[in-house]
Amino acid sequence: MFKGMYNWIDERLDVTPMWRDIADHEVPEHVNPAHHFSAFVYCFGGLTFFITVIQILSGMFLTMYYVPDIINAYYSVDYLQHQVAFGVIVRGMHHWGASLVIVMMFLHTLRVFFTGSYKAPREMNWVVGMLIFFVMLGLGFTGYLLPWDNKAYFATKVGMEIAGSVPWIGGYIKELLAGGTIVGAQTLTRFFAIHVFFLPGVLLTLLAAHFFMIRKQGISGPL
Amino acid sequence: MAHGKGNSNEKIVFVGDSRIRKPHPDKPAPPDYTAFPGKSEAFIPNFLLKEWMAGVVVLVGFLTLTIAEPAPLGYPANPLNGAFIPMPDWYFLFIYQLLKYPYTSENYIVLGTIGIPAIMFGALFLAPFLDTGKERRFYRRPIASALMFVTLIASVYLTWVSWHHYTKELEANGTIPEHIEREMKSEEQIAEGKGRFIYGKEKVPALVAPEDEAFSVTMKAQCIACHGTELQGQVGPMLAGIGDTLNHDQIKEIVTNGKDGMPAFKGTLSDEEIDKVATWLAKQKAATE
Repeated sequence: MFKGMYNWIDERLDVTPMWRDIADHEVPEHVNPAHHFSAFVYCFGGLTFFITVIQILSGMFLTMYYVPDIINAYYSVDYLQHQVAFGVIVRGMHHWGASLVIVMMFLHTLRVFFTGSYKAPREMNWVVGMLIFFVMLGLGFTGYLLPWDNKAYFATKVGMEIAGSVPWIGGYIKELLAGGTIVGAQTLTRFFAIHVFFLPGVLLTLLAAHFFMIRKQGISGPL
Repeated sequence: MAHGKGNSNEKIVFVGDSRIRKPHPDKPAPPDYTAFPGKSEAFIPNFLLKEWMAGVVVLVGFLTLTIAEPAPLGYPANPLNGAFIPMPDWYFLFIYQLLKYPYTSENYIVLGTIGIPAIMFGALFLAPFLDTGKERRFYRRPIASALMFVTLIASVYLTWVSWHHYTKELEANGTIPEHIEREMKSEEQIAEGKGRFIYGKEKVPALVAPEDEAFSVTMKAQCIACHGTELQGQVGPMLAGIGDTLNHDQIKEIVTNGKDGMPAFKGTLSDEEIDKVATWLAKQKAATE
């Protein structure tokens, strides 16, 4: 029956080539941990994506309860953590996942660096990867403020002071990020918007480019 | 359609690389790995299942951590809290620490915030254009590898030093990080049957004899900036109901000599005034219902 359904769709949309592109391409032996245990280092990229998916899903559930407002933000997180069923798990996954995604991305970057995989013709993919790295750091920075506890507030304040120390344009960067001259209500809503809309949008675009290039160029050969 | 000859219902028969097209003389041919020795296999499901094994190991560790260690939450942000030790997330610590050295702070801050990071991240960003040799093995490109190793060691060192300073600072000030203190208070209150502790939502006991001069004159001038207008607690702890936990002499000792972040009021207030304040505070007992 499934074959019939598949063929019905395929006759209209010709999805077989897409399926081949997504799934039915060869993966060489030297990156396969089943054949060489040490090849697990080639899994870090995939694991980064896996954790990123977890971050997106857990983040979507967090926004059901989170209120980006200086009076209620803290208490909504407190409520989420202690009153909502599995809230502590969802927030825990998002909190620890944020660290884990940085760790995984870091390991992936080191693997690519030390295997020399960024060399021609893959320079562009390395550059896109570095952009993803910066976007992830941006997500970490903006997400840190959202619980609106003292740790979040003062870390952001320090971050703003660092941004403000940039010559000439520092003041403008600071004001643009903070949405005013102080870290306050505007900053929280701004960081919330950046954290859940702007940066994830950029991230998904960059990831698409990253994966497209991998498929186009293939995995770098064995050393 | 273009695929399958019509006589077969089986459409997914192709294993290999779908991008193998007619070779184009000007464009690089996409690799199909037939040139490499060994066993290649299809991405989905064969290879992805193997990768999922690595994923499961990570996922189990991740979920164990999540269950064992709930995400921390401190007290609500209070911009007036001057005693709080700022701390960014761990992966920013290396840069936070970098900005504490003489040639990367104060007059040289631009070197710390822009100069060094721009060189380091710029080099990382442009690595493929700086390291253009054909050799891929790391031990055959000593310069690139050595630079990366040195940077790694430096980053780990900076992160460690930053964390070390933070823990020392906490120790020196006798501060317990708020997220830990909050957990402890919660457990205490639950054990006492008062329900979970939520900062800022405590029941504030009514003040006893608020018309007393010790409160309406002396304390309104000296204490409410930190302890709140109704002594409900702000930067300093709640004082309403303090008589339940501290007696006159203990309060007098704290007011005279200070405690934690609180300054000593020895010079600011006369002995007599301190004594009156302590007497009044000792009377502040939560009304028993």
